[in-house]
Amino acid sequence: MADKILMKGNEALAETAVLAGCRHYFGYPITPQSELPEYLAKRLPEVEGVFLQAESEIAAINMIYGGAATGARVMTSSSSPGVSLKQEGISYIAAAELPCLIVNVMRGGPGLGNISPAQSDYFQATKGGGHGDYHLIVLAPNSVQEMSDMTMKAFEAADTFKNPVMILSDGVLGQMMEPVVLPEPVNFDINSKKWGLGYRGADKKGRNLCTTIFMDVEHLEEHNWHLYQKYQFIRDEFEKGSWKDLSIEEHECEDADIILVGYGIISRILKTVVEKCRKRGIKAGLLRPKTLWPFPSGRVAELAKKTKQFLVVEMSCGQMVEDIKLAVEGKVPVYFFGRTGGTIPSDFEILNEVDKIVRPD
Amino acid sequence: MQKIFSRPQSLSANPTHYCPGCDHGVIHRLVAESIDELGLAERTIGVAPVGCSVFAYEYFNLDFISAAHGRAPAVATGIKRCRPDSIVFTYQGDGDLAAIGTAEIIHAANRGENITVVFINNAIYGMTGGQMAPTTLVGMKTATSPYGRDASLTGNPIKMSEMIACLDAPAYVTRVTVNTPAALMKTKKAIKNAFQLQKDGKGFSFVEVLCICPTNWGKPPAEAHKWVTDNMIPVFPLGTFRDKHKIEA
Repeated sequence: MADKILMKGNEALAETAVLAGCRHYFGYPITPQSELPEYLAKRLPEVEGVFLQAESEIAAINMIYGGAATGARVMTSSSSPGVSLKQEGISYIAAAELPCLIVNVMRGGPGLGNISPAQSDYFQATKGGGHGDYHLIVLAPNSVQEMSDMTMKAFEAADTFKNPVMILSDGVLGQMMEPVVLPEPVNFDINSKKWGLGYRGADKKGRNLCTTIFMDVEHLEEHNWHLYQKYQFIRDEFEKGSWKDLSIEEHECEDADIILVGYGIISRILKTVVEKCRKRGIKAGLLRPKTLWPFPSGRVAELAKKTKQFLVVEMSCGQMVEDIKLAVEGKVPVYFFGRTGGTIPSDFEILNEVDKIVRPD
Repeated sequence: MQKIFSRPQSLSANPTHYCPGCDHGVIHRLVAESIDELGLAERTIGVAPVGCSVFAYEYFNLDFISAAHGRAPAVATGIKRCRPDSIVFTYQGDGDLAAIGTAEIIHAANRGENITVVFINNAIYGMTGGQMAPTTLVGMKTATSPYGRDASLTGNPIKMSEMIACLDAPAYVTRVTVNTPAALMKTKKAIKNAFQLQKDGKGFSFVEVLCICPTNWGKPPAEAHKWVTDNMIPVFPLGTFRDKHKIEA
């Protein structure tokens, strides 16, 4: 077994990208994700890769668009205000069905907000963000180990589904240090993607074209339904297919009277809350979506038949809670507790909320 | 029978959607001829802009990608960095390159990206219906400057070649036109030179071509071409602003 090493979340993600065969990073500095580009600025030249600091997030995502179109494994990273700037390019990448990795180390917003951890870009990440009918695959790690694991998975998913993948992390996960076991390196060959611009294999037929413009309404409609069908396929793969393991994590949900729901760093706090609840005789469980799109609605709906209520906890004013409500379909109450602006709720605060719900005297 | 003139291999047989008298078709041909003559067709990747030449990819027999408005130099950068053995060019109009894409073109030039940029300057937005461009001449009437461009309100025409030639990195920056057969031959030479430099790994090459827009200028092609000489060239002087390769040679 590989050795455990101590790393920051952002660095573990960056190193895993290199191990996954990513040799091109394009980005623009922004706090709190700077360790990621700084690490790759040192690391990529060691493996004959390219680290390029772009003139803006807009330029960076368009470099990703061009790079991804060649078939290379490429990535960019940013934090909330920077990811807003990337939305135009992300829409093009999704429309052109190009694989790439986009990392959002979320900070407080809206506007310039602040540089403290937040989860207020959930809507942007999972509901579109840019213009048009499209989806990203959105992964939400909750540990330094998962910052690594999910990076490898992200590149695999991007290539498998020909779709951009976003890792939705936050300032805590990016900055904190934990032991991590890194994966074995992958031998990635740009020419494995025969659709790539500049592919010159003997089996190339005609030319390779990458465009997102469909002037005839019937052609654009056809393209949009094609994308829709792909998204349905991705949903199925994550709900019951070979990507199921990446969908959710559960603790003690089967007999729970109250299921706490949270993703990312919040799920770590919720785990502690569940343990404390159980010690106090409250049958609490934890449901943690590991993948935010496609959302594990099927499992939430199943649990809605078993439990008495849900409490969704987020570092926002309530975004993922809407997806939980959609899946629960009013069968049981869905409560929400959030802190925002860069504040992280304590286990004590959340425990108080649980008390208010299960012991309303 | 010997065939002495035919469609370049890099040019597709598709009829273009350009207006009668438009210069795009001619310049597409010069690009295609240059690529063919240098034997680069197999490894050339084009980047199409947003504007009249948004469908440029339909008219070339080359690997192609269509970029968002103004972003072509960034897209070209991504391609070139991932496939350094390819020949990458962007084909952009004045709205695309000199307005919304100013940051992308300046920084691609400043990095000395080993790409070729063909910049079509006809002093107007064509595709959207003849609005004022950053290159519109002072006093020139357009759909969004109906009283003529007022420099006190919207500034003066932006001179991209001169701006880019201020940077240290670019290898070749030139401004040409296609309004006479002689001028067209010079443009061909400039475009071919730009691709040759890229082939030789000499860095960023930029060819600005002064063109007409008969439809939105409201002038027949012959009159429009004369208008280039009388009105555009005095503001946008022809000439080579940078030729590093020649200096080094």
